[in-house]
Amino acid sequence: MTYVVQGSQGAWEIVVGLEVHAQVVSQSKLFSGAATAYGAEPNSQVSFVDAAFPGMLPVINQECVAQAVRTGLGLGAHINLVSRFDRKNYFYADLPAGYQISQFEHPVVGGGSVEVELADGSTKRIGVTRLHLEQDAGKSLHDQDPARSFIDLNRSGVALMEIVSEPDMRSPEEAGAYLRKMRTILRYLGTCDGNMEEGSMRADVNVSVRRPGEPFRTRCEVKNVNSVRFVMQAIEAEAVRQVQVWEAGGTVMQETRLFDPARGETRSLRSKEDAHDYRYFPDPDLLPLVLDEAWVEQLRLNLPELPDAKRARFVTQHGLTPYDAAVLVADKETAAFYETVVDGRDTKMVANWMTGDFFAALNRTGRSIADSPVGAAALGELMDLLTDQTINGRIAKEVLEAMVETGEAPGAIVQARGLRQVTDTGAIDGAVQAVLAANPDKLAEYRSGKDKLFGFFVGQVMKAMAGRGNPALVNEAIKKALS
Amino acid sequence: MTLTDLTLAAARDGLRRGAFTSAELTGAHLAQITAQEPALHAFITVTAEAAAEQARAADAARAGGDDRPLLGLPLAIKDLFCTAGVRTTAGSRILEPFVPPYESTVTAQLLRDGAVFVGKANLDEFAMGSSTMTSAYGPTTNPWGRADGRALVPGGSSGGSAAAVAAGMALGATATDTGGSIRQPASFCGLVGMKPTYGRCSRYGIVAFASSLDQAGPLARTVEDAAILMASMSGFDPRDSTSADRPVPDFAAACARGVAGLRIGVPREYRSDGMDAGIEALWHQGLNWLRDAGATIVDVSLPHTKYGLATYYIVAPAEASSNLARYDGVRYGLRVPGADLTELYEQTRAQGFGAEVKRRIMIGTYVLSAGYYDAYYLRAQKIRALILKDFTDAFAQVDALLTPTTPSAAFAQGDKMDDPVTMYLNDIFTVPANLAGIPALSVPAGLDAAGLPLGLQVIGRPFDEETVFAVGGVLERGAQFDTRPSRVMGTRR
Repeated sequence: MTYVVQGSQGAWEIVVGLEVHAQVVSQSKLFSGAATAYGAEPNSQVSFVDAAFPGMLPVINQECVAQAVRTGLGLGAHINLVSRFDRKNYFYADLPAGYQISQFEHPVVGGGSVEVELADGSTKRIGVTRLHLEQDAGKSLHDQDPARSFIDLNRSGVALMEIVSEPDMRSPEEAGAYLRKMRTILRYLGTCDGNMEEGSMRADVNVSVRRPGEPFRTRCEVKNVNSVRFVMQAIEAEAVRQVQVWEAGGTVMQETRLFDPARGETRSLRSKEDAHDYRYFPDPDLLPLVLDEAWVEQLRLNLPELPDAKRARFVTQHGLTPYDAAVLVADKETAAFYETVVDGRDTKMVANWMTGDFFAALNRTGRSIADSPVGAAALGELMDLLTDQTINGRIAKEVLEAMVETGEAPGAIVQARGLRQVTDTGAIDGAVQAVLAANPDKLAEYRSGKDKLFGFFVGQVMKAMAGRGNPALVNEAIKKALS
Repeated sequence: MTLTDLTLAAARDGLRRGAFTSAELTGAHLAQITAQEPALHAFITVTAEAAAEQARAADAARAGGDDRPLLGLPLAIKDLFCTAGVRTTAGSRILEPFVPPYESTVTAQLLRDGAVFVGKANLDEFAMGSSTMTSAYGPTTNPWGRADGRALVPGGSSGGSAAAVAAGMALGATATDTGGSIRQPASFCGLVGMKPTYGRCSRYGIVAFASSLDQAGPLARTVEDAAILMASMSGFDPRDSTSADRPVPDFAAACARGVAGLRIGVPREYRSDGMDAGIEALWHQGLNWLRDAGATIVDVSLPHTKYGLATYYIVAPAEASSNLARYDGVRYGLRVPGADLTELYEQTRAQGFGAEVKRRIMIGTYVLSAGYYDAYYLRAQKIRALILKDFTDAFAQVDALLTPTTPSAAFAQGDKMDDPVTMYLNDIFTVPANLAGIPALSVPAGLDAAGLPLGLQVIGRPFDEETVFAVGGVLERGAQFDTRPSRVMGTRR
């Protein structure tokens, strides 16, 4: 189904491209040995290179390059064996050298693509134009003092990957799905932690609108949007604004805008005329980045299994539904958890329990897989208790609740609470007789043809047995008693 | 002969023999600084106490059997090399209060080898100039004088380093060469100056002018002295990505190697129409010395060399405009407060930079601007590649090239100051080697009609400094240049 903005003069299609800035997971910065930990004391992770002292020189950090190449490989992209670093020149107080080292003309990674799944079950392939490495700037703090600004250079020089998409997205939903999928892939690869709240992933959103079938119109760039939800809201707000401009007879001007989540609108930051002339030129302090083909191959061979491949495997080899498989691979930790639990166990049973009661319990308690009180081993043990009929399904739900609440092992809970399933036919028959004796009227109705009351008797017997009766045996005993 | 007249090699021999101590040797040079500095102003900062302390430590170490290559030898350091705990100004007001907390790799290696530093030598601001007139700390005067009595420039940008060595204030000096800043002062002051292959000496800790051209090298009284200093200054440095990971050869041994069997090229394009007759005669003399020593002289062509100067004055300012952006008053150096950030930048840079630096920042900003980049910077890079190809082609036929170092001898202070282009023409013979990244040496070859020194330039293959030193050694023995500057010695000997 095509997403459109309904203007007063008809429908408008929207065109979206994203530039994702992803902080590289690495011990040290792109061109210096300084550390990159988040949340450190201001200016505690700054080398003389990061602060651009006289005579200091950048030296490329090979691990950051490896992370960019891994990401490129994960996006199925072309790896450029020769790339180059350029200087992007502009003055700002938190840009110590007066230039940012970036890859303008010759990025390390060329074209690739990402497949996104949409709510209606369809998929769409979004093109990735390029990925390049660049330095982050420092941070200006304007709220520490009424008259002065402060600078924190901890981020200065931290490696970023800028991942540029093709203008392939046509709705906020597609953009959101792309961003989530990109985050998932980066997390699988371990190349970016994807924490948008901490700023380690953010997006510049390019938006334009057009009449269906038209060529592209002028786009605006909404800078530095820091959540999936805000990206989707920003696109919607910006598209509506542009439609209003066009329909009022105006012209959308190419400019950089900011999204204000509180007001749900974008506003102009600077127009094209005010745009910086960055005076890009090759950084003479650095040699061209030349990669060894064998080294790239080695990185390719050591790539982890990525979400698309994992999902396909869960469907074909584990027999899961595409939906369950997609839910389980959406998050690296969830997939790993599932794979630990499922080892040697029934795949569908594990998948059902995880996507059903287990996730529900986590959601209810506000936890995630990462801080789940129930580990993979414990959930596995619960599956085993079900499989060997120590407990029945209904009791298992109760045990899972107790596990989430107390963190105790399922075996211990079953033991302590006496939840072991009753398979003693004598005990079951006794319970059946007692229920029939206590409900002579229902028994008479049943006998006169009200078959539906069979379920009532099952429920009463299970209740009498505190839920611990083996369901199959209970059914059998009731059938026998009623026949 | 006094201690300040010794060559570095002879002083080292004297220390080894115990003929004198480093304390005496250093003391003599510090005394010469005291005597000559008011007239010459070769230094921005003199570190007399630290030098005396280093000398005492060197003597103690030598008494314990230490014989490091430069142990106890007093040197001057161009004030472009960052020296830990010692103010480093780059000749600029904007770095007046700057004391680096780190040591440049080149000076660290000299200290590792036992050298004594007598002070930080004057230079053109940020090494931009050919006269040392653009220093924010006042000009340096050439120890050599002329009959008319006008004070002469020592050349630049390493004019302070050259004046210090020529006047006996140091046995040798570090310098840097972006377009001729080692070789032109060497020529003007009667010294040997070596610009090594780009990548031979680490740029780490040297205040950057134009990163793709800057290269450190020595200024000394003899070819051998320059080779001894080169050995300590050279070598791979993982902190400089453009540093070459190659072994350092025995440069000093190469000085006596001779030129028998070598082919020496004479680039015909260097013979400009307006060339000074005295310089042309000296050039021929140099070729004769080499021929007499067994070399074959070959005519070669460097067809793109005529674009060298224009190319240089696009590439160097472009890189400088970016390299100097860091001097913004925010983190170190001069800060002139303003009402807002923009004003702080404007005032700091307006007051911190001199006219020549501003001129080059403006040229560099212009040639990198949108709409002009292709016409200037990109085209200059293409011509630069052609200039390198010229040299590569020439070195397929010959082992080294011989040219004059400069189009004239030292000029008077204040001359050429009203026309930057005339001043830039000083670099016409020296910039091609920087653009090509190849080694080039200036050797004093004689005096002009006014009694001022003139140098000849030997240009070699990349990383073949040994052949360059070998050719330089033959020229030196041919020239027998042992004169001392008049201003210092009273009369020319």
